[in-house]
Amino acid sequence: MSPPDGLHPGDPLPPLAGHSSRGRLERLLRAGEFVVTAELSPPDSADPEEVHARARVFDGFVDAINATDGSGAHCHMSSVAVCALLARRGYAMVMQVSCRDRNRIAIQGDLLGGAALGVANVLCLTGDGVQVGDHPMAKPVFDLDSISLLATARTLRDERRFQSGRAISVPPQIFIGAADNPFAPPLAHRVDRLEKKIAAGAQFVQTQWCFDVPRLEAYMREVRARELHRRCHVLVGVGPLVSARAGQWIRDNVPGVHIPDAVLERLARSTRPRLEGRRMCMETVQRVRDIEGVAGVHMMAYRQEEAVAEIIDASAVLGGRVPWYPEREDVASDARRWAS
Amino acid sequence: MYAMRRWSVRHARLLEATYGVVERALVVLHPLLRRVGYARLERPVAAVERVVKGALFDCRMCGQCVLSSTGMSCPMNCPKQLRNGPCGGVRGDGRCEVEPAMRCVWLEAWEGSRRMRGGDAIRDVQVSVDFRLAGRSSWLRTARAIAEDRSGRGVGTVSGPMTGEPT
Repeated sequence: MSPPDGLHPGDPLPPLAGHSSRGRLERLLRAGEFVVTAELSPPDSADPEEVHARARVFDGFVDAINATDGSGAHCHMSSVAVCALLARRGYAMVMQVSCRDRNRIAIQGDLLGGAALGVANVLCLTGDGVQVGDHPMAKPVFDLDSISLLATARTLRDERRFQSGRAISVPPQIFIGAADNPFAPPLAHRVDRLEKKIAAGAQFVQTQWCFDVPRLEAYMREVRARELHRRCHVLVGVGPLVSARAGQWIRDNVPGVHIPDAVLERLARSTRPRLEGRRMCMETVQRVRDIEGVAGVHMMAYRQEEAVAEIIDASAVLGGRVPWYPEREDVASDARRWAS
Repeated sequence: MYAMRRWSVRHARLLEATYGVVERALVVLHPLLRRVGYARLERPVAAVERVVKGALFDCRMCGQCVLSSTGMSCPMNCPKQLRNGPCGGVRGDGRCEVEPAMRCVWLEAWEGSRRMRGGDAIRDVQVSVDFRLAGRSSWLRTARAIAEDRSGRGVGTVSGPMTGEPT
């Protein structure tokens, strides 16, 4: 698997001037490619093979994989470990870091450790409250919030010091991202919050699930008016619903998800809602691609991860481009291309 | 008290002006306060602050008050204690994700900030909380920093390595 020019898939790419990281995701975004990222749910298991299998379903259709950090306040394998396992194989990983479970001492340690293990991208999140998860009796930490976490990550990288001021000898070379929800109140101030995240250090954002394209368009108009899309890459969250009932449940129980009635009605009318859900998702991907200022999509297909490849393939948004994956035949030439 | 907290946000402009008077008075009194000793004043002033701000804002005495930057809605009442909210979990009708009986503290904050003269401070990135300051008086600390800054004796009481982050 090692390419002849000596660049192993798990190695950081050669440094480029003006880049924060040595990963593939930042290069693709800066090159203006329409990028696809996807969310991987870490297993409830200590078996590394389960992690590899969950990544394999994305092969050839996804540029970077997000490893969630106790998403929905449920206990799973840690995002650092998932990222380390997959980065070793050469996958571009986005390490999600939530403020719910760890204080600033632990989080800064994980940012250094993750980078040492090959993580080039970090997503800074506040995190869901513990009450929605399987451990509602747990102590919520929230020592930092997403924005002070962004600022902290940037301090580590650019000022080469911890928040305390103590020096770091080799800083983490990370591309820093944040989450963004254009669909929750206060709609009038959501772009203000994005602007704050950019000011704190966000170089890319991945949004909450988009089921309401007109609302996203209005949001992106404001983003373009402030030229924020030139300072930060916006990846829009997209995912398929399996049925009207499941959609209703998500709307009622998952914090911050906005699903218009028309979406649920269309699913309810369909005789094959699962298929219809994927078709609607594919349409959303295509519509989102056509919005000026959108840099890519972030696929969140919880428990139907195998649908991601199918949806991206059908949408044709990659325009024939095949994202890197471990068994790709032209791996050597690809490595050389990035090295040059 | 929740109703009082909501009232304070609706009257953010009035409270902003009132606090301005208190702060200016403390700054003017700085030479006297210094002679009495800030350390000696800490406990009684913090006690008064706790009662007044507790009644008006359900203040949690974090010791580094940002009400002037948060529309007079105390961010420590957010269940996630966000200093830069709101989070993405706000319900469609504006209620809190964690405590559905309560309206999102940060929706209130943005609304209150629109009523204030210095309301745009809500756009500033707030650094993370310094937990060593919990229970201490914000009024004394802020006014003292302003006074010492003006007299060219700034010791970085408001920002600096203690709070850590760049903004």
